[in-house]
Amino acid sequence: MTQTAEAEQVKLYDCRDAFENKLRELASENDRIVVVVNDSVGSSKLNQFGKTYPKRLVNVGIAEQNMIGVGAGLANGGLIPFVCGASPFLTARALEQIKTDLAYSNQNVKLCGMSSGLAYGELGPTHHSIEDMAWLRAIANMTVIVPADPVETEQAVEVAAETPGPMFLRISRLPVPIVHPKDYKFRIGKAALLREGRDVTLIANGVLVARALEAAGILAASGVQARVLNMSTVRPLDREAVIAAATETGAIVTAEEHTVYGGLGGAVAEVVVQNKPVPMRILGVPGVFAPTGSAQFLLEHFGLTARGIADAALELVGPRKQ
Amino acid sequence: MTDTTQVDAQQVERLRKLASSIRRRDLQTVYGAGMGHVGGEMSATDILVTLYFAVLHVDPDRPDDPNRDRFILSKGHSALALYTTLAHRGFFPVEELATFVQPLSRLNGHPDRKKVPGVETNTGPLGHGLPVAVGAALASKLQGASWRAFALTGDGELQEGSNWEAAMSAAHYKLDNLTVIVDRNRLQQGDWTEETMQLEPLADKWRAFGWSVIEVDGHDIGQLLQTFSRVPFEVDKPNCIIAHTHKGQGVSFMQDKAAWHHKVPNAEELAVALKELEEVVS
Repeated sequence: MTQTAEAEQVKLYDCRDAFENKLRELASENDRIVVVVNDSVGSSKLNQFGKTYPKRLVNVGIAEQNMIGVGAGLANGGLIPFVCGASPFLTARALEQIKTDLAYSNQNVKLCGMSSGLAYGELGPTHHSIEDMAWLRAIANMTVIVPADPVETEQAVEVAAETPGPMFLRISRLPVPIVHPKDYKFRIGKAALLREGRDVTLIANGVLVARALEAAGILAASGVQARVLNMSTVRPLDREAVIAAATETGAIVTAEEHTVYGGLGGAVAEVVVQNKPVPMRILGVPGVFAPTGSAQFLLEHFGLTARGIADAALELVGPRKQ
Repeated sequence: MTDTTQVDAQQVERLRKLASSIRRRDLQTVYGAGMGHVGGEMSATDILVTLYFAVLHVDPDRPDDPNRDRFILSKGHSALALYTTLAHRGFFPVEELATFVQPLSRLNGHPDRKKVPGVETNTGPLGHGLPVAVGAALASKLQGASWRAFALTGDGELQEGSNWEAAMSAAHYKLDNLTVIVDRNRLQQGDWTEETMQLEPLADKWRAFGWSVIEVDGHDIGQLLQTFSRVPFEVDKPNCIIAHTHKGQGVSFMQDKAAWHHKVPNAEELAVALKELEEVVS
């Protein structure tokens, strides 16, 4: 993929649509698939699912601890529950249930953290979910997936349904362009190489992937050839891809819609420092509660833009003359 | 399985003896391990024995049978009482109890379903079992199955709000295939429940949440058998059995003493306790 975001008028997508469409399609083929929500039918865009399969949409009300436990019990009873709620409440309120009832008990439950990251913008830090990757990837036996576009979202839902075990899917509501070709094949624990380069590697996931690709275009204009990896699985991390990036490009910039404490950047750094130490920059929310502003404003405010990523890369490797 | 309200006296006697020998084995194991939660294990033993030897449809040879009844021990710190009952029921060898909490034993201080056959979900933190039992009961209903879900909670752990979220949802989904048994021994780790955080009027609380409630003597196996045979107590309502029990039941110096929540008996105390438990059945 060499397209840069200078390509104007790119069509943008809300990944929740791809999520719901694929889930409904899978449910039509597999009657073990059920959905559990905390009064989050609309915010998870599950209205159509609920109309099509009213009995298979279990609404526990505004009760996240019970929601996770009910998910574990449904899985114990042989069903495949997709437990969907706004990511900040789903993960933070019920973290002990996620650890004990799902991960430690190894129950086949798919957690779907909707509207993650800074998506709720103006609603403020209570509604921002910028710690969820750190919390969930710290838990043993938990798979953490952050799809970048509708193509990957659909495939992640399908893989989640057919792969046993607890899993967290982080589904954004921010509009994103398609970054993967039609023949893309998502695999758990495998980074997607979206652009080849030898001077620096940009590693991103979720909403930041399109911005990293755009940054690679800006860098090319300065003579810097950036490799771009979509690290959609944060746990288990694609260690080989990280070590290869460090070895072959000598510098790494990570970018995530998440705090810089313990998320994607932390996961990459853990591999880099123990295997092939190279200079790194970790871009994200710098350990603060965000000020008031829309999601787009906040992404710009924290430098989580193509320009911000490109500048961080240039600081690391310097401009190259062609 | 007792289907009539007439309880078989011989069965009661058999279960009473079994409960006594499970209590003795439990105490011996705690003594050997130097660790355990004897108070709450003694209070729960009669309930566990009644369930596993007369109520639950479970098969030790097929612990993963999709149509088994689900029993969830929410008060996970009573793990040893569950292990001892499961072992006597044939889920694993009784001799293995000697490995309790020893390095790399599968018998952890709190139960792990991935290691111990018969365990349905991992517990330890309180207020986790009932939500999982609600999910299991719902799974049975959604699939049109006839298997049932049972959860045994402590009374102190009802201070956890997650239980009441679960209670609300069980009534909302009309889960009459779900039974919660509250081990109402009136003591929690540090003090009486009513001194720590008042639970009463407990039966009224469950009724207000839409449950059908029966209160029993949790050490009277005949009463327990009769009560379990009446499930569902009312159509479309989840079932709550408040089992009035004593922490440390069966051992005079442990009974109703908060200190015996997780105290370990010394050799002398163990000898006295074993003798008292022998006398109960003879």
